[in-house]
Amino acid sequence: MSEEPRIGVFICHCGVNIGGVVNVPKVAEYAKTLPHVIHAEHNLYTCSEAGLAAIKRAIEENNLNRLVVASCTPRTHEPLFRAACIEAGVNQYLFEMANIREHCSWVHMHEPEKATEKAKDIVRMAVAKAALLEPQTEPEVEVKDASLVIGAGVAGLTAALSMANQGFKVYLIEKEKEPGGITQKLYKLYPTLANSSDVVEPLIEAAKSHKNIELMAITTMKDVSGYVGNFNIILTEPGGDREINVGTIIVASGASNYTPPKGLYQYGVYDHVITQRELDKMLSEGKIGEPERIVMIQCVGARKGEIRPSELEAFPKSDTAELLRKILKARKEEGWPYCSRICCMNAIKNAILVKETSPKTDVVILFGDLRVYKEYEDFYRRARDLEVRFIRQVEEVPPEITQTPEGKLQVVAYDALSGLEVKFLTDWAVLSTPLIPNKDEIMLARMLKIPTGTDGFLMEAHLKLRPVDTNVDGVFIAGTVSGPKDVSESIISGKAAAARASILMGNRKVRTDAITAVVDEDLCIGCGLCEEICPHGAPRIEEGKSKIREILCRGCGSCAAECPRRAISMRHFGDNQILAQVRSLLVPESLKEAGD
Amino acid sequence: MVEEEFEPLIVAFCCNWCSYAGADLAGTSRFEYPTNVRIVRIMCTGRMDPTFVLEALRMGSDGVLIAGCHPGDCHYQKGNYMMEKRFDYIKNAVKSVGLEADRVRLEWVSASEGAKFAALIREMTHQIKRLGPSPFRIMSNSK
Repeated sequence: MSEEPRIGVFICHCGVNIGGVVNVPKVAEYAKTLPHVIHAEHNLYTCSEAGLAAIKRAIEENNLNRLVVASCTPRTHEPLFRAACIEAGVNQYLFEMANIREHCSWVHMHEPEKATEKAKDIVRMAVAKAALLEPQTEPEVEVKDASLVIGAGVAGLTAALSMANQGFKVYLIEKEKEPGGITQKLYKLYPTLANSSDVVEPLIEAAKSHKNIELMAITTMKDVSGYVGNFNIILTEPGGDREINVGTIIVASGASNYTPPKGLYQYGVYDHVITQRELDKMLSEGKIGEPERIVMIQCVGARKGEIRPSELEAFPKSDTAELLRKILKARKEEGWPYCSRICCMNAIKNAILVKETSPKTDVVILFGDLRVYKEYEDFYRRARDLEVRFIRQVEEVPPEITQTPEGKLQVVAYDALSGLEVKFLTDWAVLSTPLIPNKDEIMLARMLKIPTGTDGFLMEAHLKLRPVDTNVDGVFIAGTVSGPKDVSESIISGKAAAARASILMGNRKVRTDAITAVVDEDLCIGCGLCEEICPHGAPRIEEGKSKIREILCRGCGSCAAECPRRAISMRHFGDNQILAQVRSLLVPESLKEAGD
Repeated sequence: MVEEEFEPLIVAFCCNWCSYAGADLAGTSRFEYPTNVRIVRIMCTGRMDPTFVLEALRMGSDGVLIAGCHPGDCHYQKGNYMMEKRFDYIKNAVKSVGLEADRVRLEWVSASEGAKFAALIREMTHQIKRLGPSPFRIMSNSK
């Protein structure tokens, strides 16, 4: 190594998140005793402006050349700390994070002493690795100024238009015959009661006529290869397969509507038990008339049961359509565990629409919890002013539906407020059902390597900080594919995803991780095993030696592990660096000074 | 001498994309588990050189966990399969130095399986406690 490591260690309290469990000052004192550590301090929030300033100051004052921050997971703030290193003139690959929050204080909240000991170990491991870190240069990749948007619902249309308006070429594919998605099939939208066609049609027209957008119906993605900036995609169109080349991908392929199984609240048994979707259609066709009463039942197929352990296993790894079909079938019977977010407002909207056309109709909404956030509260009040009745239920006593000899429906429900049983003779019973993940979307996620949550929806890279990013660089998500959203939220996420993709395409270049394979040519015998096993085609044998094409190397390290001559190592995850972590952890204190 | 309960030390090699994130989610969700595990982040289980496992055991670790993406979910397409192929070899090597093969485990934990990660650590800690301290640990401690 060219220079003696001079390591600075910063231990973060993260307010009480770490400091409330781990004895942070003690860990900082301990860090000072570790080899090569020149400076150690603890900060209330190392990620704050003051914390970052402290890092830069310490680098300058102590001539530090390696940094360790012990705080949260590198998945949240590593880029921030790396940027601080760069500003202070230290290569960002000379920075290491010690995760003492997610992996320590948050999982050992009731064992402060043991957690403090563990935090010391985690810091010692990070310092051991930091001492061996080397500066790296990130390779630069060209980003193709074209994007693929999968799904032409409101989210996909919005994302496509937003990118197209910035001058990027957009391929917008839709598996159905017509664009517009679920929204296209709705009648009116809450809270404005605008016709949904007034929202969707202009988007469709604009997309169809935009010179930068190629809208392809009845088209699906068959295969994808490549990486951020340069994805090769094979599309299946009615006429056959077609290959396209794009820099970014936005997945906006939507969700499905839950259809209750036959017999649930007598759905499919009595004709007048219908879903909100069916009521919506009747309202749009003016077919609802002036009934005496309509009873709506909330959370049908939503907020039911727990996520089963078998599902925890099966959902994330279900890689066959068959297994997925089984899970989805079981869920149809049992219902889904989550709140679908839009059903309360949807029911209130339909209740208002009924009341406005037929004021004499008694509309009753049976609910467990009513979720009308932000300005939607006004919409709820409007329903109350129209004398829509809201009756609270408890989960243990669900409403029961029977049919009278006269052919009317009778709903028997338990009113949680009065504690009494209430009976309604009604013309219609309307079931509010959730948006659910669908099989095609999950299979698509598998193809793109985006994880799905235990609810089956596509998972964002970070729930709070990166809501439209995915774990795959250059691939973004918009709309209901990542969970239930209403139209305005879908539009917001469509614009957000477009903005994220446009940053990449606008810069034309993206730096990729420097974590790539390196060949020691003296050791390499050109056996070609690396070439054989690499899924990305990065190594190639030239003149009897393996050459790694950095831009293709994604940094998995399989070749390094398999090379029979141990001629391949990984930048930033070298054998020596990984082994240093292991050794630092396990060598007893007494032997530490005697290390090599 | 009062006999304290044996607290095993488990080294967990977690892949960056699935299992490390799964461990993060266990934290975000506040799923508690024993403090016996130390996580080493690697980009992919495909990176797992068998010597990492053997070295951890040689240094006195009582158990080693290798955790990666579920089959079909690997960020690099097939790194976890590469690891799976090596696993028999690793187990045999562990047995050949006189240790129980059960001290080494290969598990799949996705980014959404925080609960599974916590349960796995609880279960594995219990399992290693039953196996008792590694003889190598006793040797390295008595030096």
